[in-house]
Amino acid sequence: MIKTDVLIIGAGAVGCALARELSKYDIKVTVCDKNDDVGGDASKSNSGLFSTSATMPVGTLECRLRTVAHSMIMKICEDLEVPVIECGSIAPVLYPEQIESAKGLIERAFLNGVYDYELLPAKDILDMEPTLNPEILGGIYSPRDRQTNQFIFVSAMAENAAENGVEFLLDCKVTGMDVSDGKIHRVHTENGDIEAGWVINAAGLYCDEIAKMADECDFKVNPRKGEFFVFSNDTPVKVSHIISSVPSPKTRGVLVIPTVDGNMLIGPTADDVEDKTDRKTTSEGLESIKTQALNMVPGLHFEDTITQFVGVRPARTPEGYDIRFSEKVKGYIGISGVRSTGLTASVAIAFYIVHGMKEAGVTLERKEGWKRTRKGIVSFADKTAEEKDTLIAADPLYGKIICRCEQVTESEILQAIHRPVGARTLDAVKRRVRAGMGRCQGGFCSPLVIEILARELGIPETEVRKRGEKAFMLDK
Amino acid sequence: MKDYDCNVVVVGAGPAGMAAAISAKKNGAQRVIIVERENRTGGILKQCIHAGFGLQYFGEELTGPEYAERFSNLAKENEIEFLLDTTALEIKDKTLVCVNTRGIINIRFGTLVLAMGCRERTRANLTIPGSRPAGIYTAGTAQKLINVYGHKIGKEVVILGSGDIGMIMARRLSLQGVKVKAVIEIMPYLAGLERNKVQCLDDFNIPLMLSHTIVDITGIDRVEKVTVAPVDENRKPIMEKAETIDCDTLLLSVGLIPENELTRTADVALSGITKGATVNQYKQTDKPYIFACGNVLHVNDLVDHVSHESEDAGKFAALYAAGKLDKGAEIPVEAGEGVRYVCPQKMVCADGNVDLYFRTLVPGRNTTLTVSDDTGVLLSKKLIRTTPGTIEKLTLSGEKAKNASGRLVVSAEHKGA
Repeated sequence: MIKTDVLIIGAGAVGCALARELSKYDIKVTVCDKNDDVGGDASKSNSGLFSTSATMPVGTLECRLRTVAHSMIMKICEDLEVPVIECGSIAPVLYPEQIESAKGLIERAFLNGVYDYELLPAKDILDMEPTLNPEILGGIYSPRDRQTNQFIFVSAMAENAAENGVEFLLDCKVTGMDVSDGKIHRVHTENGDIEAGWVINAAGLYCDEIAKMADECDFKVNPRKGEFFVFSNDTPVKVSHIISSVPSPKTRGVLVIPTVDGNMLIGPTADDVEDKTDRKTTSEGLESIKTQALNMVPGLHFEDTITQFVGVRPARTPEGYDIRFSEKVKGYIGISGVRSTGLTASVAIAFYIVHGMKEAGVTLERKEGWKRTRKGIVSFADKTAEEKDTLIAADPLYGKIICRCEQVTESEILQAIHRPVGARTLDAVKRRVRAGMGRCQGGFCSPLVIEILARELGIPETEVRKRGEKAFMLDK
Repeated sequence: MKDYDCNVVVVGAGPAGMAAAISAKKNGAQRVIIVERENRTGGILKQCIHAGFGLQYFGEELTGPEYAERFSNLAKENEIEFLLDTTALEIKDKTLVCVNTRGIINIRFGTLVLAMGCRERTRANLTIPGSRPAGIYTAGTAQKLINVYGHKIGKEVVILGSGDIGMIMARRLSLQGVKVKAVIEIMPYLAGLERNKVQCLDDFNIPLMLSHTIVDITGIDRVEKVTVAPVDENRKPIMEKAETIDCDTLLLSVGLIPENELTRTADVALSGITKGATVNQYKQTDKPYIFACGNVLHVNDLVDHVSHESEDAGKFAALYAAGKLDKGAEIPVEAGEGVRYVCPQKMVCADGNVDLYFRTLVPGRNTTLTVSDDTGVLLSKKLIRTTPGTIEKLTLSGEKAKNASGRLVVSAEHKGA
C-alpha cells in the first residue's frame, strides 16, 4: 500500500507536465500508468507539432491554454534539452473554393491572437517551399509553427520530475477505486492499492474509464485513429516547412512534416473507431494519405518509407477540453477532451491545475533545491569527429556502434536504460535514442539490444519485450 | 585519433571483403586493411549454418562458417590486417573515417573496396497493413537469433516471400520443432533457388502458396494471426477469398537491398535497379579509387559468385593503387529484352575476359542468352531453363571485349514458359 499526496493517473504529456510542475513543491507525487514506459498512448504517437492556436475554436479553454503554452514551451524545451525546430507551416490553396475558407481561417487566427498568419501568392509560397505542387493558387503561411520529438518532450518532463522526487509506477494499471461519502479512499492497481489526497485523472484515451471509477463521468471518449508514414532521412525530396491542408472542422487533414530528427512524417488519417487498442494500419488509410500528400508535394518518394504507425487520439463527446475539480468527489480532478492539441497545451494545463489546487486551499510550499534543467543524452551521430573522439575518451562505449543505421552507440543505450524512468523494452530504447529507428528497422541491432536489455535489467533474454505486457521478443 | 596508411582498405570482412583483400595482396598491394564492425570475420556466413556453399569455388559442399573460415585462414596467411569491432563512418576524399572504442581512426588509402553486403527489406518497404506487435522478423534476423544466439523465436510461423533465406529458415525452424504453416509468395513463381524449394519446403511438407500475399496482421502484444489473400494478375489482393492463419510469428523474406550508406558519403553513382554502385568490369565505380564487390554491389544468389567477383575487385584495386590500371574508353552495358539488370554497367574495351553477371525478368524454358554490340551478336548461349532467382553469367573474351563498339546489350529470349 502506497500513500501519496497526489496521484496522477497517466504518464502522457499532461501527466508528465503535471508531475514536473508539482515536483516544485514539498509534497509527495506519484504517477501511475498501465504502460511499460512513459509517453502515454496518444502523446507518443502523433505528429509532434507545437502549433499556434490559429485554427482553434475561438474563445475556448482549449484555445486559451494552447496560446499560453505556445509562449512558454520554448523555454521549457531549452531547460529540458528537448529538440524543437521552428520551421513554420504552409497550407497550400489548391482549389479556388479554398480561398474563402483560407480567408476565414486568417480571420479566426486573428481572433485567437495569432496575427502573423498570412495568405500569400503562389510565387512567394513556391519560393519558400519549392517542393510544393507548382499549380497552387497561393497558401497560408504561419511562421511560428514548431515541431519536436514528442516522446523526448514527454520523457524529458518525466525524467526531470523523477529527479525532483516524483515516483513513477509503470506497468501499473488502475483497476478500480473505493469511492464513498464524496471521497476516493483507495485506488486499486494491478500492483497494489494507493491512498492519495488528490487523484488527478490524466489518462487521456482512457480518461472516461477512470472517470467512471471515480463516479464522475458525463462524457464519452471517442477514439480517433490516425495513420502515419515515416520517411527515411535520406529521401531526396524533403520539405522545409510543415505542409498542411486547408483545415476542415474534423481534422487539419494530411500533413507533410519535417522532423527534428531529419525524417519526414506524413499523415494522419482521421477515422473514428470503437476499439481504443486498434493500432492497425489499413491499405485504404495509407493509400488516402499518399494521394493527399502527393497532391500537395508531388515529388515525395513513398518507396523511402521506413515505417508506418497508428496513433489513437482521444476525441470527446461533448467536444472540448474539460478540466474539473470535482464538487461531488472531493480531491478528484478530471481532465478530458485533451486531443492532439494537448501536446502543446500540456505545459499550460499543468500550471492551470496547480493554480486551481492553490485556490482550493492546498498549501504548496516550494521545495528547496528544485532542479529546473535536465540534460539530454548526447547523440554520437550528431557530433564532429573531434567531438566524437572526446566522447569516446570519456566513455569508450561511445565508440561501440550498436545501431548502424542511426549510428547509435552502446553508451547511449545504457544511458537510456539507466536514467530515471529508464527504458525497459526495445521500443523504449528506440524512442529515447533511435536504435532501430532507421532504414533496417532494427533488423541488425535488435539481437544486440535484446542482449543489452537482458544484461542491464538482470532478466533472461526471453523476458525482453518489444513493448506491452506480453510482447516478448523470443519464445521460452 | 589514430591514423593508418595503406594501399588498399576494404570495408567488411564477409566473403566479399576477404576475397578482395587476399586478391589485392596477391596482386601486389603491400598493406591491406579490412575494417569490420563485428568482432569476428565471416559476415553473414557466420549465421548460415546450412550446407550448400562452395560447390563451384571449392568443388565441395561446405557450411557458411566453413566457407568463411577458409577465407579467414587465407587472409591470415596473406598477412591481411583486420580492424575488428570497428565501424566505417564516412569516406572523405582518400580517407576512410572509422570508429571503435579507442576513438576515431582515419585510414588513408590508395584504393578503397566497398564490401558491406546488404540488408533485408522490411515490412514497411512493402506497406503491409495491420498492427505492429512483437513477433515480426526479417528472415535473416531470425536466422541470427536462432543460429548465433541459440534463441527460439516462436511456436507457429508464417513466412512471407520465397527468397532463399526464407526457405532455408522454413527448414531451420522445422528442425527446431517450430511449426511452419505456410510460405507465401506474391509472384506466380519462386523467388529463390529451385533446389531450396525441394530441400527446405517439399521435404518438410511446408505448403508454398504462390500468387498470394498478406493483407493484414493481427495482434496487440504479439502476433496472433495473419490474413492471406490470393492476388490477381496485377498483384492486387482478391479480398473476398482472404483467409486467416493463426500464428505467433511472421518472417519476411522479401528481398535484399545493398547497404550503400557509406558509399553515398563519397558521392559514388548508384544504379536505380541494383541499388549498388555502377561499375565497369574491374568493379571500379565512377570514383576511380573506389571499387565495390559482393552484395553491396548487387545481390547475388551464390557466395561462390561473390568470391570470384570480389577477387576481380581486389586485383584491380591493387593495380589502380599501384598506378597500373590503364583505363581506356568505357562503353555502356545494358539490360536488353528479358533481362532485369547486368553488372557491370560499363565496360572498358581492353584485353582480358569480361564476366557479365545478370538476372532474367521472368522464368522460362529453352532460353537463348545473347550479348551484342552495335555491330551484332558477339556471344550467345542456350539454357534449358532460367529463373529470376538465379544469376546468369556470360564471359566475353578479351578479344571481343577489346573490339566491342557502341554499347553492349544482354538479352534473354524464352521459347517456352
